[in-house]
Amino acid sequence: MAAEGTGMKTFYIVIGVVAVAGAAVLWWMTKRSTSVEIPIDVVIQASDTAGFSGYYMGSRDALVEVSEYGDYQCPACQSFTVVQFPTIQSRLVDAGLVRWRFRDFPLDQIHPHARMAAHAAACADDQGRFWEAHEAIFLGQTEWSRQRKAAGTFRGYMERLGLDLAEYDACMGDTRYAGRIEASHQEGIRLGINSTPSFVMNGRRYDTRGMTYDFLRALTDSLQQVAAAGE
Amino acid sequence: MKYRMAAALLSLVGVFVSSYLYLYKIGKIGTMACGTGGCEAVQTSEWARFLGIEVSLLGLVGYLGLFLVALAGLQPPLVARRGVALLLVAMSGLGVAFAIYLTVLEVFVIHAICRWCVGSAVIVSLVLVASLLDLRWATASKSVAGAPNPS
Repeated sequence: MAAEGTGMKTFYIVIGVVAVAGAAVLWWMTKRSTSVEIPIDVVIQASDTAGFSGYYMGSRDALVEVSEYGDYQCPACQSFTVVQFPTIQSRLVDAGLVRWRFRDFPLDQIHPHARMAAHAAACADDQGRFWEAHEAIFLGQTEWSRQRKAAGTFRGYMERLGLDLAEYDACMGDTRYAGRIEASHQEGIRLGINSTPSFVMNGRRYDTRGMTYDFLRALTDSLQQVAAAGE
Repeated sequence: MKYRMAAALLSLVGVFVSSYLYLYKIGKIGTMACGTGGCEAVQTSEWARFLGIEVSLLGLVGYLGLFLVALAGLQPPLVARRGVALLLVAMSGLGVAFAIYLTVLEVFVIHAICRWCVGSAVIVSLVLVASLLDLRWATASKSVAGAPNPS
């Protein structure tokens, strides 16, 4: 009976040690800084923008080019990307009628993860997977927007897309595209962009109410008619 | 009794493994310590939720339940109760079945292996083994206690 009592005492001591050690490890895990910080106040170098003017989709010979200024953490941008853009892409961009250009415009004050999301997509672009990453990040917005540290979630999306994670980690670790993102942001400011998503076509700004499939369809149809009449 | 102690201890380790996965899922951890494994691919996949609930949260609740049942079963009034052993076998058996389902998904659907999930599958399997041994012990104890007194 005494041996049994000693055994129970030892057991409770072991349980206590494991509980304290486990809780301490978890606490340390939540406190350690593993999240990448993408600097905002970066000095833009010429090399940041050399040969790069945005992420493009569609033919260079398209009738019109639309520039979208977007923020990955903005719900309206997500809605546009998930609901409206697939129709525009399949019927106009893939048909060679519209060329789409995406520009980062992170609203850092209200969207703390937007710049990191933009950087994750830029690193995916290094491996030729920008548009897939762009879509995956937007699709997961409701998940990572609530997180305190979203870097792991972005990394998960890239892992699922089959990216070389060593290369991706290196790209994120040295914040390779911080200057490029800020250059894009500054470009938007110069154009008077103050909300997202905003669209620019032939120097004119549009919001999501203006930049619809129907509008673009009507525009490309009329441009095609003008072109046909001129032949 | 030692098997029930082992089940309690293993379940407690399981509580911490599933807590780690859940803390990652709710964005408290950042990137996962996973080496070259596919932890984040698994955790960000659609299969990381089951019936709308995070799988890691289900694991946490399951391990916590196992831990509390095993701990309660070590108290003097319950220590020789076969019902506690049966409950532990049922709970850990369910856990093993779920772990097999998740591992099949990892290998054949997600095509990525999460080492922490594999670790959890091993832990719950060991809890099942300990629970089965505990059940055998409880059954044997009951037989001895219930046997007619030869004197």
